[in-house]
Amino acid sequence: MALPKRRHSRARGRKRRTNWKITTVNVVECAHCHQARLPHHICPQCGYYDGREVFAPGQES
Amino acid sequence: MGHFDKVKKLGRTKSHREAMLGNMAMSLFQHRMIKTTDAKAKALRPLVDRIISTAKKDTLAAKRQVAKTVKNKEVFKKLFNEIVPQFADRTSGFSRVIKLGVRRGDGAPLSVVELLTEKPKKVDDKKDKKKKKAASGK
Repeated sequence: MALPKRRHSRARGRKRRTNWKITTVNVVECAHCHQARLPHHICPQCGYYDGREVFAPGQES
Repeated sequence: MGHFDKVKKLGRTKSHREAMLGNMAMSLFQHRMIKTTDAKAKALRPLVDRIISTAKKDTLAAKRQVAKTVKNKEVFKKLFNEIVPQFADRTSGFSRVIKLGVRRGDGAPLSVVELLTEKPKKVDDKKDKKKKKAASGK
């Protein structure tokens, strides 16, 4: 079975992991209820998209 | 990135995929708006638009073509009697997909697909049907 030839230092692993970064989620203000929502998504608070109610929160299709 | 895939396979066999999309199209004609995953919604939209385009021709051949997908007789009648007349002034773009967020549990992106017909007034299903019939009679 394949095994590591050399010891792998903590610094090596940590250097690799410096590039594991999280990105901030882009949120925009809902034009109808002024709460935060995802861009190009129906507002989860008021169900509005593009100036009209599309899908009410909690409503099942 | 799958830009050249004319058919999104959705992890299903051809028969499974065609059956599922057909059922989804019928649900959409029945309810005007359905909630589903983004990938399925995007696969459904071209199918629905093609069915309506064919249905608008209103010939016997077109009806038979549509009946291949719209197997439910009730939905078939509704499509020709209620939905197609509402698209008289439109030649394409009969449906729309809007993103809805992610599903709790598996994080799948969800969307709603809707027909660009007039929104029926909010009432429960049984009353809804009566109102639609009354409205179409006007």
